[in-house]
Amino acid sequence: MSLIGQSVKRLEDRPLLTGSGRFAADITPPDALYMRVVRSPIAFGRLSGVRIAEAQAHPGVVAVWTADDITDIPPIGFRMTPILGLEAYRQPVLANGYVRYVGEPIAAVFAVDPYSAEDIAELVAPEIEPLAACVDPVALPRELAPGLGTEVAVITKAYGDLEAAFAAAHVVVSLELTVGRHSGVPLETRGAIAIPEAESGILRLYGAAKVPHYNRQALAAMLGVPLDRIHLHEGHVGGGFGIRGELYPEDVLTCAAALRLRRPVKWIEDRYEHLVAANQSRGSVHRVRAAVDERGFIRGLDDEFWFDQGGYLRTHGVVVTDLTCAMLPGPYIIPAYRSVGHVRLTNKTPCGTYRAPGRFEASFVRERLVDVIADRLGLDPIVVRHRNFIAKAAMPYRRDFSALGTDIVYDTGDYAGLLDKFLKRVGWDTLRADVARRRRSGEMVGLGLGFFVEKSGLGPFDDVCITLGGDGRIEVITGAASIGQGVETVMAQICADRLGTDLEHIRVIHGQTDRIARGMGAFASRVTVMTGAAVTIAAAKLRSELLAVAARLLQTAPDRLTIKGDRVMLQDEPSGPSLDFAAIARGAAGALTAEATFTAEHMTYPYGAHLAQVRIERDSAGITLERFFVGYDVGRAVNPMLVEGQIAGGAAQGIGAALLEEFVHDGSGQPQSVTLADYLMPTIAEIPAIEVALFEDAPTPLNPLGVKGAGEAGIAAAGAAIAAAVDDALARVGAVRRLPITPNRLHTLLADLGAGELAST
Amino acid sequence: MSDQQDVTFTVNGDERVVRVEPRRSLADALREDCGLTGTHLGCEHGICGACTVLVDDQPVRSCLMFAVQAEGARVRTVEGLAAGDKLHPMQQAFWDNHGLQCGFCTPGFLMLAVSILERDPNIAEPELREALSSSLCRCTGYQNILKSVLAGAAEMRK
Repeated sequence: MSLIGQSVKRLEDRPLLTGSGRFAADITPPDALYMRVVRSPIAFGRLSGVRIAEAQAHPGVVAVWTADDITDIPPIGFRMTPILGLEAYRQPVLANGYVRYVGEPIAAVFAVDPYSAEDIAELVAPEIEPLAACVDPVALPRELAPGLGTEVAVITKAYGDLEAAFAAAHVVVSLELTVGRHSGVPLETRGAIAIPEAESGILRLYGAAKVPHYNRQALAAMLGVPLDRIHLHEGHVGGGFGIRGELYPEDVLTCAAALRLRRPVKWIEDRYEHLVAANQSRGSVHRVRAAVDERGFIRGLDDEFWFDQGGYLRTHGVVVTDLTCAMLPGPYIIPAYRSVGHVRLTNKTPCGTYRAPGRFEASFVRERLVDVIADRLGLDPIVVRHRNFIAKAAMPYRRDFSALGTDIVYDTGDYAGLLDKFLKRVGWDTLRADVARRRRSGEMVGLGLGFFVEKSGLGPFDDVCITLGGDGRIEVITGAASIGQGVETVMAQICADRLGTDLEHIRVIHGQTDRIARGMGAFASRVTVMTGAAVTIAAAKLRSELLAVAARLLQTAPDRLTIKGDRVMLQDEPSGPSLDFAAIARGAAGALTAEATFTAEHMTYPYGAHLAQVRIERDSAGITLERFFVGYDVGRAVNPMLVEGQIAGGAAQGIGAALLEEFVHDGSGQPQSVTLADYLMPTIAEIPAIEVALFEDAPTPLNPLGVKGAGEAGIAAAGAAIAAAVDDALARVGAVRRLPITPNRLHTLLADLGAGELAST
Repeated sequence: MSDQQDVTFTVNGDERVVRVEPRRSLADALREDCGLTGTHLGCEHGICGACTVLVDDQPVRSCLMFAVQAEGARVRTVEGLAAGDKLHPMQQAFWDNHGLQCGFCTPGFLMLAVSILERDPNIAEPELREALSSSLCRCTGYQNILKSVLAGAAEMRK
């Protein structure tokens, strides 16, 4: 029986269950120094100096650094979507001249224990002359620093004759929609432990995640260290979600300090720091309009939006805006299209990607619009979706622009088919009848749907090296990273399946730059697609090598042999002569190794739908999410249990984003969400069972397994579906214009709509 | 803040004497002074529950308790759940039901779940959900945690 498609239990779990995991904070080298970062308490101001004398006199201090101490270290560069001319927007490792958000690193203290480091950091006194902060991304562009305007870039993606589409429109539908600031907020805060090895001269950075190989190169370049003198190591990682593992100022500081102070340096972020310093995302305002014909077909879509970038451009450059423009059309044909995204600086924490970047926002905007179109024309919103879907027969379907440096070509998909199957699976007619009955008895309940197209499997390549060790164990060395999603299990499943052996003989390596020269890491739902494809190829190669050696040792032909467990035997004589892996390793002239590289020019595009059922409590303006369904075509599921786990986890984050979570700032740019009691992540009390319907109707031809990514499916249209369900409960399509739908905002909506009007609808 | 004092407590049955500053949290004492890094710090302000340990069988946020307050107490951490290679039924249930992804919140959830069920082995599902809502998980969406705890509870009742 094939191991692919089996919900096998995870190989990763035992150490995590017994408390023997190795997360960043669990690594404490002897003789370590502890770093504490002094951060700006002011959102925008001129930094005229930093007084450090008192801090330097405190017992236990080893060094106090300000920007003056690291003038040789350049600002942090762009990992993705570099656009020439944006270098001036990069973040310096320590603030220099200006501070641009609360939480910006101003100084770093190094001390002999972490409690003293905090004491000493409090003695560092930045001298800041406050300036008027910019908090509204839609406000007219202005100068933030000499020569530095708040309009960083304007990204446009367009095709077709938009003017003609609007001129011929039967109806034009316009909306202004706002998505709040959110972030991944993994349960483990960030951490970095830099250890200089005196004997080898190698600097080792522990606490790496997501993109260790890229960060190794970036750190080597920034610190002027030869590439072979620095290695990054990923241990257990307590959640990623896009934000962890990017190169941040603190990573650079710990490495620089370890090199200069010639001692290990440990930094563990606290939660307050995380909520002001780690990447945030999503915050944007969209003004969108659609030109529609009598049948609800969208002839043209025109969107202008403003992305609240925060104080600097970080490693992602302008990728969130780029993806929003590219993914807004989603599953619909839309013959004429324009999306104009303004990347705007504000005096807030800088932004990067967060799970389903651009798609959570775009799905909210697009699906809101479709619901309002249907309402305006008196059509069923499901019928309107069907009229606009790209047909299965039109695949592969090319959009006339690119994203993440690759052309957008939807590889496979049957959007209409999925929607039909999904609605049948959830019992749509019964759900609707039930909701209608409850409404008649006075309850405010509603159903909402959101459809989405995801992207996954970003290239350009992945390398894998599989080796049969002398002990008979198979080692799969990848350039992937694990942020807690089950990489080891999935790669072992693929390898064991292709090799014909069992999981127990396989060990998977990830996130170690000293084990493999290149690696792309874990982002953009790419690991199962890209690394998995490379494992597929390498494992097949190793199988033939293994059989060739065994054939020589057993004096037979390779095609007469087969593998069972860790033994190679004659196919038609299982009780005859056989050899185990260890014996084959001994009998081989050298190590048995197979390498493979998988390359991909194009991403693969999974898709699905979310369906939410909510109940509104009129008196408290509270929203209860009663049921939440996700239908998703993943091409092929290597481990359905893990795919469903990814979807359920993503859905919980999407539900949080729709109803609870938001980074709020006051008019002076002071963050108001600086503890987990302010930034409200859902608990089990807010999350119903996520009911997942997994489909495998549209495997991709772009990789040997036909798999598409699963990491971002749970969140992509959650905001759209929940907004639609709240609309439905309010009996006012298009009422929800802003996420999250907090009780305050819902209260305002209820008041605006009027209790009498609501009661009569 | 350097006047240190000795604190004596047991952890997973072993007596420990640690010399700590009065301000040192129980979590730091367990992690740094006892070397038991299975107890994780997720927020250090008592919201997330990752650092939950049992003090005299009560679930406690070890980030909000000073080590000196544990004088004479009986502390249980995730490291004490398994008996050698044999996992505690709750650990086994989390494994069987995919009740963890990154695993960072897991020790806190395990200790919380064990304490809930030791107190009330037959706890009804709504009350169990209510009790579990005191801890945060960012990966699983909770349903597999609930499934795991229900399965672990059934096993613990045997």
